[in-house]
Amino acid sequence: MSLTTGDVLPLASEEDILQVRRAVKELMVLHQFSLIQQTKMVTAASELSRNNVVYGGGGVAIFELLQDSGSIGLRITFVDNGPGIADIEQALSDGFTTGKGLGLGLGGAKRLVQQFEIQSEPGGGVRVSISMWK
Amino acid sequence: MERIPILQVGEFLIVSIQVDLHDRLALRLQDELTSLVVKTHAKGVLIDISSLEIVDSFIGRLLNNIASMTRIIGAGTVVVGMRPLVAITIVELGLSLINVKTALNVDQGMALLRIMVNSTIEEGSDEPNNW
Repeated sequence: MSLTTGDVLPLASEEDILQVRRAVKELMVLHQFSLIQQTKMVTAASELSRNNVVYGGGGVAIFELLQDSGSIGLRITFVDNGPGIADIEQALSDGFTTGKGLGLGLGGAKRLVQQFEIQSEPGGGVRVSISMWK
Repeated sequence: MERIPILQVGEFLIVSIQVDLHDRLALRLQDELTSLVVKTHAKGVLIDISSLEIVDSFIGRLLNNIASMTRIIGAGTVVVGMRPLVAITIVELGLSLINVKTALNVDQGMALLRIMVNSTIEEGSDEPNNW
């Protein structure tokens, strides 16, 4: 499997979470991101993929390669069609969870990456983007 | 179905996680380890994670759970071989392995387990020691 920019991977099951992790790793190795950036981005992607599958009922991960004045970035957007998040501030705080998890997923993922954007409305699913620049 | 082998060495159980852990496999490992501790009367569990390229909050919770469960049934757990980049990442993620004793490698982990086992016997206490 070789990913290019604009590729979309499905997120429906646990196995898909692994596929997304592998795809992130592969892309970052290909574009020579540092090992620490790879580790952080794969970890963040793992958290957000799991949120997508477990809380959002599944969706997709969209991969984009960004270029800005000679610098290369990788952006991954996780989209689900689940119940959405009523209070994003609360959802980003550590320890907050509506499920069985540790409540570190969103806030933790945000700390691991360079850019983080989240959009959600109750009933309207969740869209989270993370980016890492070389 | 794939599974993670658990080896018995004397009074200890040893697990080396060499595959990309998906959630179901991780939970299965947790169940098998706790049952085996009871079945074999193991005094300690050593988990080698040197092959893991990432530890996310799910795996972190699994390690915490295994340590808590084995402690309740009288065995200590030591996690060894965490990669430095993984350590940096889990700290930023906000994950704390509070229940888990850690050591640099298998040798040091085994040494730590032996100390834990001996001190439990000497003190005759069922309270965990503050390693």
